[in-house]
Amino acid sequence: MSTVAERESTQEILPLERWIDVIAQLLHGVRHVAVGASSPIPGSGALLARALSEVDSASSPTRVSILGSRTHNAFTNGGVELFDMAATGRIDAFFLGGGQIDGEANINLVGTGTYPRTEVRWPGSFGSAYLYHLIPRVILFREEHSRRVFVPRVDFVSASSIKRDADYRPGGPFALLTGLCLFRFNPVKRRFLLQSIHPGHSLEEVNDQTGFDFDLAQDMGQTPDPDTKRLALIRGRVRHEIAETYPHFASLLKA
Amino acid sequence: MTIAAPLPLRELLKPIKDACRLAIGKEETGAALAATLALIAQGVKDLHLICLPISGLQADLLIGAGCVSTLETSAISLGEAGAAPRFSAAVREGSIQLIDGTCPAIYAGFQASQKGIPFMPLRGILDSDLLKHRDSWKLIDNPFMPGDRMVAVAPICPDIALFHAQAVDRDGNVFVGRDRDGVLLAHASKQSLITVEAQIDLDFIQDPLRAGATLPAVYVDGISLVAGGARPLSFGEQYRADIAFLRRYAKMASSEAGFRECLDELMSLHGLALDRDLAIQA
Repeated sequence: MSTVAERESTQEILPLERWIDVIAQLLHGVRHVAVGASSPIPGSGALLARALSEVDSASSPTRVSILGSRTHNAFTNGGVELFDMAATGRIDAFFLGGGQIDGEANINLVGTGTYPRTEVRWPGSFGSAYLYHLIPRVILFREEHSRRVFVPRVDFVSASSIKRDADYRPGGPFALLTGLCLFRFNPVKRRFLLQSIHPGHSLEEVNDQTGFDFDLAQDMGQTPDPDTKRLALIRGRVRHEIAETYPHFASLLKA
Repeated sequence: MTIAAPLPLRELLKPIKDACRLAIGKEETGAALAATLALIAQGVKDLHLICLPISGLQADLLIGAGCVSTLETSAISLGEAGAAPRFSAAVREGSIQLIDGTCPAIYAGFQASQKGIPFMPLRGILDSDLLKHRDSWKLIDNPFMPGDRMVAVAPICPDIALFHAQAVDRDGNVFVGRDRDGVLLAHASKQSLITVEAQIDLDFIQDPLRAGATLPAVYVDGISLVAGGARPLSFGEQYRADIAFLRRYAKMASSEAGFRECLDELMSLHGLALDRDLAIQA
């Protein structure tokens, strides 16, 4: 039985704060996480993981490189440095999204319909086709959880999840975080595994809104709330640090 | 020592003829917006526009003004402001030829050109549909380990690189600063035309703090002094992007009339005027 005060404090947690917290959990133990363009929520999750790693004496500090930031990245060799770092094993985790993502974790950042005259055109593949193969822990993040995003088969494969036997492929999908839930990815079966559902949502809703089949984790449950220490970091240090790159986004976070 | 003479913008852009293979950088590299608007004002046509490795407003303006026939890029986006409306419309209408890439492969193409070699091998990309739609990338076997599939990327050799940089010194050396993509643009292209914020009466090559981030004059084919030349985009530590304009553009430029209005606003921002009416896009 929870008290009224506890229920109220739970209700105060914003979905944004929960996603940032989940991302930081997925980054636990990572040496170096890079964050690409237009990624304020992954960027905040990475900054939370760094803040936590610095107060945890048992783990070594997590390095964060945020593209578009002057303070939170140390690249000095032009745009190619991120890709060279990825190919030489210097980046452990990265984030990708997708206009479409299918049940085998192929992602489409190009558009819907028949290429090249796609009906809907998205910006393009960016570095996805390459980084998906080279960075071990690629976390897919897409807030919109609907059947138009999570499709049986993407219309265009920007980045493929296939690994053939002789291929050099240290990287690939690790998890998929959405506005409704968190999936893990099973690279052997090439299928998603539903790990947890965010408070206020149900398995029925996830099933209704997902266009591909997925498995259920044995220990599937509700996505836990961030504890008070993590919440304080999100509302303090992380909000302050992310404001340098994403001032508008930072203004949406609670102080 | 003679001072390298900057050119008026119109003179600088003379080598950019119709059907030129023109390379531009991402916003952080320095987007020569004033020069881009001057090109639009002159009515250049049929550009093969190559973005190292992405672009935003700069490419969208050239596409919307009907200057581009082929577009080679990893992405076109206005970032936080939203999708690039003229790019989206041109794809829908099929009015530009698309060569879709991925950032590291575009870098690899420029590096192959910079080194004067026929291809650059690259990891990743395997099983991406990007490979199906272009003949300048080929799957190859690692010659040292048969069965290890790699991608060979053909050189990208632009006719002209155009970008904005911090300063030129008295000898024509250009200080590019922390983002080194201007160096790669110039090394890989036949000519480079650069707008700069200022000219400084020093020799950057003799300054150990600047030399490592300086493009030597041997790669520089023309310079114009254009303070604020990247506006309304951001430029290094010097100015921030005009986010309000970009948001407005993202909405308004979804129509031809709204695009023209935004274009007029930018032309007057940079003291430019259209030479003649732009053809309305079909």
